Amino acid sequence: MADILSLEGVSIEHRGRRGVSRILDGVDLSIAPGEAVGLVGESGCGKSTVALAAMRYLPRGMAISAGRVLFEGRDLAAMDEGELRRLRGRRIAMVYQDPMSSLNPVMTIGRQLVEVPMLHGERDAARARDRAIAMLREVRLADAEATMERYPHQLSGGQQQRVVIAMALMAEPSLLVMDEPTTGLDVTIEAAILELVRDLRARFGTAILFISHNLGTVARLCDRVGVLYAGRLVETGGVREVFRAPAHPYTRGLLDALPDLDRPRGGARLAPIAGTLVAEDRARPGCAFLPRCPHAAPAACGAGAIALAEAGGAGHLARCARLGELPARMAAATDAAAQAEEGPVLLEARGVGKWYEVGGGMSGKPRRVIRALTDASLEARRGGTLAIVGESGSGKSTFARVVAGLAGEARGALSLAGEPLSGGVDSRPRELLRRVQMVFQNPDSTLNPSHSVGYALMRPLRRLRGLGAEEARQEAARLMARVQLPAELAERRPWQLSGGQRQRVAIARALAGDPDLLVADEPVSALDVSVQAAIVNLLADLLAGSDMALVLISHDLALVRHMADRVAVMYLGRVVEYGPAAQVFAPPWHPYTEALLAAAPRPDPDAPPPEIVLAGPMPSPAEEIRGCVFASRCPRRMEGICDTLAPPERVFGAHRIACHLELAAPG
Amino acid sequence: MIARAAATVALLGRSPVGCLGAAIVLFWAAMGILAPWLAPYPPNRIDPALIAYPYPTAANWLGVDQLGRDILSRLMWGARTVLTVAPAAVLGAAALGTLLGLVAGYKGGAVDSILMRVGDTLLAFPKIILYLIVIARFGASAFNIIAVVTVTQAPIIARIVRAVTLDVKNRDYVAAARMRGEPTWFVLLAEILPNARGPLVVDFFLRLGYTVIAIGVLGFLGIGLPPPDPDWGSMIKESYGTIFVWPHMTLIPALAVSSLVIGFNFLATGLREASEDG
Amino acid sequence: MARYLLRQSLNILLTLLAVTFLVFALNELTPGDVARKLLGPYATQEQVDHLFREMGLDRPLLVRYAEYVGNVLRGDLGTSVIYRQPVADVLLDRLGNTLLLAAICFAVIVPLSVALGVLAGMRERSPLDRGISVFASICASIPEFAMGVFMLAIFVVWLGVLPGTSPMRATAEWPVWMQFVLPVAVVTLYDAGYLVSMIRASMVEVMRQPFVRTAVLKGMPFHRVVTRHAMRNALITPFTVILLQLNYLVSGLVVVETLFAYPGFGRMMLEAALAKDIAVVEAGALVAVTVTMLTQLLGDLGYMKLDPRIRI
Repeated sequence: MADILSLEGVSIEHRGRRGVSRILDGVDLSIAPGEAVGLVGESGCGKSTVALAAMRYLPRGMAISAGRVLFEGRDLAAMDEGELRRLRGRRIAMVYQDPMSSLNPVMTIGRQLVEVPMLHGERDAARARDRAIAMLREVRLADAEATMERYPHQLSGGQQQRVVIAMALMAEPSLLVMDEPTTGLDVTIEAAILELVRDLRARFGTAILFISHNLGTVARLCDRVGVLYAGRLVETGGVREVFRAPAHPYTRGLLDALPDLDRPRGGARLAPIAGTLVAEDRARPGCAFLPRCPHAAPAACGAGAIALAEAGGAGHLARCARLGELPARMAAATDAAAQAEEGPVLLEARGVGKWYEVGGGMSGKPRRVIRALTDASLEARRGGTLAIVGESGSGKSTFARVVAGLAGEARGALSLAGEPLSGGVDSRPRELLRRVQMVFQNPDSTLNPSHSVGYALMRPLRRLRGLGAEEARQEAARLMARVQLPAELAERRPWQLSGGQRQRVAIARALAGDPDLLVADEPVSALDVSVQAAIVNLLADLLAGSDMALVLISHDLALVRHMADRVAVMYLGRVVEYGPAAQVFAPPWHPYTEALLAAAPRPDPDAPPPEIVLAGPMPSPAEEIRGCVFASRCPRRMEGICDTLAPPERVFGAHRIACHLELAAPG
Repeated sequence: MIARAAATVALLGRSPVGCLGAAIVLFWAAMGILAPWLAPYPPNRIDPALIAYPYPTAANWLGVDQLGRDILSRLMWGARTVLTVAPAAVLGAAALGTLLGLVAGYKGGAVDSILMRVGDTLLAFPKIILYLIVIARFGASAFNIIAVVTVTQAPIIARIVRAVTLDVKNRDYVAAARMRGEPTWFVLLAEILPNARGPLVVDFFLRLGYTVIAIGVLGFLGIGLPPPDPDWGSMIKESYGTIFVWPHMTLIPALAVSSLVIGFNFLATGLREASEDG
Repeated sequence: MARYLLRQSLNILLTLLAVTFLVFALNELTPGDVARKLLGPYATQEQVDHLFREMGLDRPLLVRYAEYVGNVLRGDLGTSVIYRQPVADVLLDRLGNTLLLAAICFAVIVPLSVALGVLAGMRERSPLDRGISVFASICASIPEFAMGVFMLAIFVVWLGVLPGTSPMRATAEWPVWMQFVLPVAVVTLYDAGYLVSMIRASMVEVMRQPFVRTAVLKGMPFHRVVTRHAMRNALITPFTVILLQLNYLVSGLVVVETLFAYPGFGRMMLEAALAKDIAVVEAGALVAVTVTMLTQLLGDLGYMKLDPRIRI
């Protein structure tokens, strides 16, 4: 059967004021009817450009310089505007990253949905409306009729993405292009959306081009996968072959860099890919991955164009000059190293909470209380890592900011090595400031664009340790060496650094005062997988052999399992489960922990689909909840108990679970 | 800092509109600065004999006005006046507005509400009416004009700086600065303010243009800088009655003031494009 | 909603009080001037002092302000020194003329600026955009008095096809409607120049939003993407500014009125300010601020209508 979409040697160039750069380089890709093909790669690999090329909607300045994009055998470039319009929305539809901004904020959902059939030949407005309501039911939105009258901002992120999917399926297209459709959504919402897409695909038989940086989501959804690097397709094949027996060193690197959710911590190190993708790599005549490849042989790899070659199973191809000579894939480092013994308690939180009042006063809005964090009792030990995991709105970042002193006065009692750690940064003495430091999430905003790297490091040295200018300069150089940054970066500004380098600077800055407690709020979540691993290893190295304690805030369970000694699971401002990592990751579980574990995407095509998919959104932190905070979404809710009574704390040694269920102690 | 300024100039060089604007502004600046040496006649020298033939001649390149004063000399001295008063007023407004905007944005709460409320009230008051009341009450002088422009424009600049402050104060690098115990003034001036530089510079040149217009309007209405010092607005007002007989006396200063404002606006456009592409 | 309106009304009232008090205090801090001015330079100091007491000017400022507010509430705005008639009469007459001119200008400016702004902003940096932007930028850069001079030179002095003054009386040569052409043209060019740039910038911003891409990739023709999806979003930010033009059109027309000898509100204020006719200045300020506050309220309400995300 003819392919729905095929790219034949497509190259795309961008012409700007800074000259011409090649975004895609000879990409071949085809999708058969009903097939789901994934395209993975890190930022800058050109995967979104493929999506836009499939709709012939390239950004200004970009053009196809070679090759053809065929839809059902017809060259998109040869179509006139009218033909293209009849194709878009009807035969090919797209689902985007960031559903909020993809929907028109001033039009009701209903109008935006009804537009699709009305644009493609439907004359009867009532019939279009009925179809829209039916489609909203298909994507399992409760109360479809009411949703029609709502505006996008009145829906949650997960609901918005369901609306976008409904809009894409309105005309029952034969190809659905999904560009990072679950990026930015919480993991339980992501799991629900992926299940929905799997289900709809089975019902409608739509072919899917699924673009993602997340190997786990591709593994869960796709039949075949292509791996892009610097605009070139470096490996392609059946999802099972590629994930089980990756042939290209880059694909191997991507898979090896990921922490494994199903393997406990034990001193194992992640395997990062060295370096980062730079602009020159795109123009490299041989392999673009050469400078970062552990197996590179400059003579063979840098000589000239390398063709895709057979790499094992049927249809499994890889673009590597040393394909036959590569050593077998190493089994990941063993768990030989014994787990380091944790030291005495450093940070102790007892009943810590943070409530904000909003509205009231001159704003004219009713006064409400936002319960960002309630009654958290946790401790972090010297030489150990306390990880706090949960979805957005769980209160994990609030806890970090309370500890760091950025959230002002909080409820409850916090102490650092027995001394009270109260109040905000403005009231903490300098010595206390020095002892608690923080690493932030976003590498784009962690450093001031107006200051050089050297200045960013010297300033805390001078303030917190009282060093003179010359001493601070030398100490800054030493700090940079400690986080493995070359000394010449000291003169650079943040925008001249890569994301990974910026995050290293941020870590060095936090270490400048030689702190006792390091709080890291999602330190790697904005980084590419290959860079993430290096930062995780760096943090592990810094902790090893020091008596510093780390409080790690993360939404990524696999990362938490890799790094943490103790884990707290939070939901809607409350700690629902807390204990040593080994016990939290083994039953009995709080139902929310169980759902999180089930929802976490695994880069394994044979992983069973999650048994539990949470429905509905998280309630607002402004709502006053009488029973268990998780009751509204809990699959094991007991009516009349969970939604009315606060849950008791069930204690299994050091392991605590707040739940009404009679959980059995581990046998 | 210098490297950055040089980079901005280089970027500006790529915008034809920006280059044109810079050239016009530089031309008038040179005229103003060099007026004492370049102007062919004293600006207020009255020569009734010349009124018989007031048009451009070899002796008076742009002709003379209704009192027989050399128009070119008056234009050059007028440039000197407007290019002193306007920047002084805008700098005053920028200093006051920046301070208020930083404090309002960073402190938030009641301080913010009160400052913004006062600013809004000031903005709500029709500017021209305010000028009329103040100038009529306190008299027309360069200082009064600078003061009234400073006070009326500061709230707008305060809004710009406040918006940047509200955005930047929640960035992680500000949190990092607070975590090492930096005092508030350092956070405001060293961490936040540099990030407002781009929008402030563009706004500065736009505002210079508006201020040139405002000074011209005051002169045209007869409440500008006191005579006989040459001021483009009053040149137009004084010769306006004779436009049917000697149109060049009115048209030349009108062209001068328009070109200077266009210069400032083009310069601002060029700078904005440079910062967007940079 | 009711709560919001109540709060806003209170707000307006307070601002009005504050502003009128400031103007009152500014003008009447040195009340001796008033008596002197009324009597002229030949009166003796004794006569001045007598009138001063007669008029009650020796009482505290707050008392006189309270009295003034009382009078205003009864509709008594005082008597104008220069026009030698009740302020209310002069004011109504002049305000009527200005409102007529302002209404015509507004009716021309808004559709013109919206059309040009949207056309320029829908395709950023296209030749059409470049053309409209430069034209708008130049228009906004030429002060009204200069624009007036240029137009007068061309259409009156050189071509002789339009009247140079607009006294609002039919003259032998020119009917009244022709007297409106030049004032309206000058105001429109200057003001629309500013509005077009503003609407263009907003439109450019909206056209970069992902929801515009969504609309195009639904298969929607470009002109409908612009009119259905982009335009309403692009008008949200400029809406308040558009309404604020009403404010400018009432108070800011003084230059055009002076240029064309149009008997309007602005010129009355200018003449009164120059002659220190305090009663007129105070009444005028009251009117100007009231207009401003009302347009702001109108702006807020319209804003909410345009943007469903704003709720009060």
